[in-house]
Amino acid sequence: MSLSIITIILILVIAFLSGVDGNLDSFQFQQPIVATSLIGIVAGHPKEGIMLGAALQLISLAWMNIGAAMSPDVSLMSVASGILMMKSANADGVLQMTQGQAVAAAIPIAVFGLFLKTMVRIGTLSIVHVADKYAEQGNIKGVENMHRVGMILTGLQTAVPAAALLAFPSSFMMNIINAMPSWLTNGLTVAAGLVVVVGYAMIINMMATADLWPFFALGFALSSLTELNLIQMGIVGVVLALIYLQLSPKFNGGSGNSNGGGASSGGELDAVLNDY
Amino acid sequence: MADKKTQKELEANYALPKSLRFKMMLRQSFEQGSWNFERMHNLGFAYIMAPAIAKLYSSKEDRASALKRHMEFFNTHPYVASPIFGVTMALEEAKSKGADIDDAAINGAKVGMMGPLAGVGDPIFWGTLRPIIGAFAATSFAQTGSILGPIIFFLAWNIIRYSFLWFTQEIGYREGTAITKDLSILQKFVYGSSILGMFIMGVLVPRWTTMHWAPIFSTTKTGSDVTKPFVSAMKKGVQTLTGDADWTNKAKALVDIKDKLGSFPGFATNSTMQDTMDKIVPGLGPLLLLFLTLWLIKKNVKPITIILGYFVLGVLLYVVGLLG
Repeated sequence: MSLSIITIILILVIAFLSGVDGNLDSFQFQQPIVATSLIGIVAGHPKEGIMLGAALQLISLAWMNIGAAMSPDVSLMSVASGILMMKSANADGVLQMTQGQAVAAAIPIAVFGLFLKTMVRIGTLSIVHVADKYAEQGNIKGVENMHRVGMILTGLQTAVPAAALLAFPSSFMMNIINAMPSWLTNGLTVAAGLVVVVGYAMIINMMATADLWPFFALGFALSSLTELNLIQMGIVGVVLALIYLQLSPKFNGGSGNSNGGGASSGGELDAVLNDY
Repeated sequence: MADKKTQKELEANYALPKSLRFKMMLRQSFEQGSWNFERMHNLGFAYIMAPAIAKLYSSKEDRASALKRHMEFFNTHPYVASPIFGVTMALEEAKSKGADIDDAAINGAKVGMMGPLAGVGDPIFWGTLRPIIGAFAATSFAQTGSILGPIIFFLAWNIIRYSFLWFTQEIGYREGTAITKDLSILQKFVYGSSILGMFIMGVLVPRWTTMHWAPIFSTTKTGSDVTKPFVSAMKKGVQTLTGDADWTNKAKALVDIKDKLGSFPGFATNSTMQDTMDKIVPGLGPLLLLFLTLWLIKKNVKPITIILGYFVLGVLLYVVGLLG
């Protein structure tokens, strides 16, 4: 039994939303308990869809994007597994694919999704560069629209493979997904781990002055103390800044105005000078 | 009554009205929409700041420089970025009124806050809250096919998320405005933020860059020469235990076995190039790569060229087995 046109359109809308949210990580449309359940509902098998969503949710509980690291793509996994299961309905509308089979297909799909995500995030670079041009002209609308174009791209990241999955036989699509060479997917993951340095370099290039570099060096040296998490590192950084501000003559120099305790050393100096 | 009045007075001093701040909070849901490998959330940050920029600056030049400074690198947990938006709004407001705050200072404040806040957001939202709500909704309802599972998960998450975004953005804006009122405090805040920013970048570069040198340098000795004496000692101990020896000797044998177990050499462990490098200076690889990138930027190589180059380099290093 094939899915009706309306069902297909609804599935593609869900896939699009899930793709966008897979990057935003805001509303959680990409989570299997939401996306896979919705696909089951629009395809007329709510119970099976929700149960598959729950199973996938439990698998992906601990997947998270921390720092600049990327986990397997939950968005495509939720949508594609749902579609595979719904497509397996026979003439009487009974699903032929078991939940176990759908879950087994999910992991290679999530890895394939990560590959697509990496590609989209490289492609978004050109959108950002167009936005740079608009920023240069002070064109607020232009910048906003470029961000929206970026979001559409992330929606297509899941919607296009979902459409392909709906259009072609399941086994054919799974063969393509499984045929992805592992040197490419693994290699890209390794490369993505390095590439983030470029962003750090750009911001450091902008902030760095000669008297700030020692603080970078200190942060780097302390970084390997993994017993200190980022919150504790933040405390160390704030304390460093406070001590520096208290001791630096730049911020305590007597400008004449009395500005609280900070001016005390400058005030003393002024008093000494006045005595002379 | 009095509180209400001060609240109103405060509101009258703000250049960004509540409705506009609310609109910006709603935009925060879309922060990561144009995530990219060069500056990550940068365009998202500019997108969220856009209503404030339009309100605060009227000339093309001012708008251009405001947009450009928020197109700089930004990356943190997308929810805990909320107080950063609040503070940045206040800084922009002060700047538009003529306060002496330069681009590097605003970005210093953003970067200084983003690292520690990501350290708060990642474990709380991704590490704790989502697994708990997800597991609860999945096992209590959805596993039996109940529609309540998805509904509870979706509602609970988004109610918590929106409340958090709104309250923390307001706190950031209020405190940020208070800081900008006093010029000497503002100067200290701005400089202190750049100190914090550079310190945090020093921490983040090795922590947020994934670079693992794969080659195996040495394998710890194992096999019969290590396990033989161990096995024979065990044999002896067990014989004493099962034999006719008195209880004192049996107890001694037990203690011997316990000690021997503690010293069991274990199976083969590989020492990779990464382990060796970690013994010298942990994070040296990312640091050298950072300096190379800084040098390339100084040489006017376009960031996109560097990024594509690093992608090719990364895949190549993986294929030849240097990185894993």
